Amino acid sequence: MSSHSNAHVAHHFENAEQQRQSAQLGMWIFLVTEVMFFGGLFAAYTIYRSLYPEAWVVGSHLLSIKLGGFNTAVLLASSLTMAMAVHAAQTDKQKASANWIILTMLLGFVFLGVKVVEYAGKIDHHLVPGPHFFVDPMAELAKLEAAGIQVGQHLRHAFEGANPNHIQLFYSLYFAMTGMHAVHMIIGAGIMLWLLVNTRKGVYSSQYFNPVEVSGLYWHFVDIVWIFLFPMLYLIGRH
Amino acid sequence: MNSVYSLLPEQASTVAGQVDAIYLFLVAISVFFTLLLAGLVLVFGIKYRRREGAPAPERPHEDSSLELIGGGILLVLVLVLFGWGAKVFFHSTRPPADAMEILVTGKQWMWKLQHPQGKREINTLHIPAGRPIQLTMTSEDVIHSFFIPAFRVKQDVLPGRYTRLWFEATKPGKYRLFCTEYCGTEHSMMGGWVNVLTPADYERWLVDSGGAAVASETPVQAGERLFTQLGCQTCHNPGSGQLGPHLAGVYGHTVKLADGTEVVADDEYLRESILNSQAKIVAGFQPVMPVFKGIVNEDQLLQLIAYIKSLSGGASN
Amino acid sequence: MSAADTQLAAGDPPKHYLNNGLTIRSWLLSVDHKRIAILYLISLTIFFLLGGAAAALFRMDLVTPEADVLQSETYNKLFTMHGIVMIFFFLVPSIPAVMGNFLVPVMIGAKDVAFPRLNLLSWYVFMTGGLIALGAIIMGGVDTGWTFYTPYSSMYANSHVILAVAGAFIAGFSSIMTGLNFIVTIQKMRAPGLTWFRLPLFIWAMYATSLVVILGTPVVAITLVMIFVERFFGFGIFDPALGGDPVLFQHLFWFYSHPAVYIMILPSMGVVSEIISCFSRRRLYGYTFVAFSSLAIAVIGFFVWGHHMFVSSQSVYAGLVFSFLTFFVAIPTAIKMLNWVMTMYKGSVSFETPMLYAYGFLGLFVIGGLTGLFLSTMATDIHLHDTYFVVAHFHYVMVGGGVMGFLGALHFWWPKIIGKLYPEGWAKFAAIVIFIGFNLTFMPQFQMGYHGMPRRYHTYAEEFQVFHVMSTAGATVLGAGYLIMAAYLFWSLFKGKKASANPWDARGLEWETASPPPTENFLETPKVTQDAYAYDMPSVTCPPGAKSEAERV
Ligand SMILES: [Cu+2]
Ligand SMILES: [Cu+2]
Repeated sequence: MSSHSNAHVAHHFENAEQQRQSAQLGMWIFLVTEVMFFGGLFAAYTIYRSLYPEAWVVGSHLLSIKLGGFNTAVLLASSLTMAMAVHAAQTDKQKASANWIILTMLLGFVFLGVKVVEYAGKIDHHLVPGPHFFVDPMAELAKLEAAGIQVGQHLRHAFEGANPNHIQLFYSLYFAMTGMHAVHMIIGAGIMLWLLVNTRKGVYSSQYFNPVEVSGLYWHFVDIVWIFLFPMLYLIGRH
Repeated sequence: MNSVYSLLPEQASTVAGQVDAIYLFLVAISVFFTLLLAGLVLVFGIKYRRREGAPAPERPHEDSSLELIGGGILLVLVLVLFGWGAKVFFHSTRPPADAMEILVTGKQWMWKLQHPQGKREINTLHIPAGRPIQLTMTSEDVIHSFFIPAFRVKQDVLPGRYTRLWFEATKPGKYRLFCTEYCGTEHSMMGGWVNVLTPADYERWLVDSGGAAVASETPVQAGERLFTQLGCQTCHNPGSGQLGPHLAGVYGHTVKLADGTEVVADDEYLRESILNSQAKIVAGFQPVMPVFKGIVNEDQLLQLIAYIKSLSGGASN
Repeated sequence: MSAADTQLAAGDPPKHYLNNGLTIRSWLLSVDHKRIAILYLISLTIFFLLGGAAAALFRMDLVTPEADVLQSETYNKLFTMHGIVMIFFFLVPSIPAVMGNFLVPVMIGAKDVAFPRLNLLSWYVFMTGGLIALGAIIMGGVDTGWTFYTPYSSMYANSHVILAVAGAFIAGFSSIMTGLNFIVTIQKMRAPGLTWFRLPLFIWAMYATSLVVILGTPVVAITLVMIFVERFFGFGIFDPALGGDPVLFQHLFWFYSHPAVYIMILPSMGVVSEIISCFSRRRLYGYTFVAFSSLAIAVIGFFVWGHHMFVSSQSVYAGLVFSFLTFFVAIPTAIKMLNWVMTMYKGSVSFETPMLYAYGFLGLFVIGGLTGLFLSTMATDIHLHDTYFVVAHFHYVMVGGGVMGFLGALHFWWPKIIGKLYPEGWAKFAAIVIFIGFNLTFMPQFQMGYHGMPRRYHTYAEEFQVFHVMSTAGATVLGAGYLIMAAYLFWSLFKGKKASANPWDARGLEWETASPPPTENFLETPKVTQDAYAYDMPSVTCPPGAKSEAERV
């Protein structure tokens, strides 16, 4: 392929502008489908939460707010590095762009690593739904008190009233939602790798950086999904 | 009995005629609009068929008055249908207060039925004509659906909750009963008959063993027996030390819970409180009641609830 | 590519997309939207035959009330296979993936869809989903019904639910890819001068359909994932024993599957608009109304799903709202019928095969639509729900509407796609046989349904036998009609007369290029100067009988 500036306009487009607009619109539409995809899970979450509020309180309390909070910070940082990568690609600083992409990918791996730690903890504590699921809300309450945490009246009632089956429902949704999110993160890391290879090859320039730009949109979207998941799963139920 | 060739099937309940009236109205408008469309297509097709050398037709005016008129007529029509359909729907889904309650448990692939006087039967339901009947239904496995075409009524039957169906048969006879929610291999065999008897015949049938086992106890009695056997009375009886609330007068009333909220003690609430007693603790009591999940089955649950209802002068009997 | 590239020496056959590369590889790796359309056409034909074969088997069994040919388990697997194959692997992709893929770029004067590689990928994804679903069938089948209701599907069925769910899930992504491609293509790649209100109504219909696809399909996808995790990992999202709600599944499922009906119908409506306008020689009556009503139907269609659940134990107030909204979706649909009929008024009407299918569509779809009123009226729906009345209703809508539209499109654009004419006499004969066979099959089912015959019944009460016999007889006629059609279309591939660029003297960019079109559709980007359906003006580049573009060069 020759290196003049039109080489990146695919044969069926009239010009670079049409191609760029198409790529962007395509990604936005894809993100709409993603919203609907996660929307199904959010709907299930909302309905069960309103049916079984106590179980949701207990479920949230058994999640690690520290790990979740740390991961939120990691993802926010990765959105920043991704934005930097796009900016660098646009301004013809391909070396810098490659470095930002690497950093983004690394932050993605950190997130996934922390997720693995969290999942492992859930397996240890029999909090994975299925035949081995076991939770005793009263024992968990005792643990909280033993740890010197001030347990208010409302919280006590939640622990007393929560049905272990409903807590299992909470964890079914927790794993389904964070699992789906993790799948998107893994795909995102794959995309970063592909961008990195192409950037190193010198495919992108200030004339042509659509893939970096739309991949950035995708990355930010996955980030935003987590921004919703974190409070819904970890925070709202806390007191 | 109306044959399958007649426009309407047998009408054997109080709502059947009302549903059929809407049906006939719908058939009439369907025939009218289908013929209108066919007529127009035919007339236009012939009258404006292509002729050699004729000038090209003019383009239609962009003017939406015809659409607006058509839309207006349709709007009126569908509003009538909506209102009429909803009115009959509400009537056919709200059981009258004095209905006789029959308990129904669906399972792959049979219907188990129990009369208030205690008689049980499978796949055949005997009922008296001229008396409103309410079915309280649940399923032991998948979703089923209870359908009596001659009565024009149908209701899905779900695991883990109670659904209700009511009807009043108008004339004695034998009517088909179907399961209409696909429920697995023998789905099409999950049905039987509804035998509508005169009230006198029904009373006779209740006491006549006729080969079928006559239950010695009513659901309320069975519930009372279970209540004792399971040891419920140790906490829930007046003067038993008051570990649990008394149950007289509870059914149908509001209960204040420990977390300050209030619920109405209906079938679903009682069911949950028996199966997972910790879920909703009544204000002023400790969560000490054992969990009866896996200990009582669906039939027994229905009996226990019937007994608790009877303590409030409940609907059954 | 400049015009000079395609200069041909006199005597060479004209170069077009069909002969531009003859190896299998050149087909399987082609990113040309027209070749991908052909790949879809072949695959869908196979799926249609499979789904039809399943129906033939169980209709045969239903001739007598007892079980004679099949066992109950086999019967249940056959109707499930019929539903899954026909809906997910035939009806949903039919017009969009075949006709839309071929026509959308040509009709708007583009060289290809916006993302040609994604388009090819969609076919591979579709085939992967299809093969996995077929795998489920070959390994022993699925018996949940195409609706996969919980808790039967998630806990009780011991057939290959996971594979079938995975197949449908994967095929969903191919729909999404196609829908996404169409939206971007239509928005960004229209030829100069082709404003939104100059677009053919088929394009409006494809746009509305694509909106439904991208908004609805992901929801059913995640719902199927929930069934998957429930069966595979033992999570219990719909498990009543854990307090899960099996009815929630129905809500999520119908949130997609009601709009899916519009995925099957809106494209047909677009096709019928094209055909009726062409064979009446008149611009479509009320163009703007028809264009916007497609969008209105697509949007309102998302708020009516609960009409499938009037007896499911959903709250009666929810039922009221859903019933009310359902009636509203009927109004734009009904007015479209008016528009089509009024197009013929003062037109110059002729009766070639595509027009016969358009008539067939009007006749069957009006019955499908009107019987829908019986089911949106709550009182009658209680009685009719899950009976043969519903079966008849949705076949009138999805076959009478969807398939008739597909066949009309196939006959209308066959000369364009293949470059050959089919034998008109046989085609008319087959169209009439299909129309008669269809009515004979499904009309008796309305009567059976009101008399209480439940659907998905292997054995049935003997009084219904006479209707089942009629139905099976009709299905035989219907099958014969399809086979005649398959035979003459196949014959025409080799022996058909060569088609001119514009055999119907129709208007629209697709008729201004050769039949079959060259690889990039047009030798130079067309400029559009007039409205769609300008039948009162002479044809722009290709008057009837003129040689095709490539031949004239
Ligand atoms: Cu059943
Ligand atoms: Cu629907």
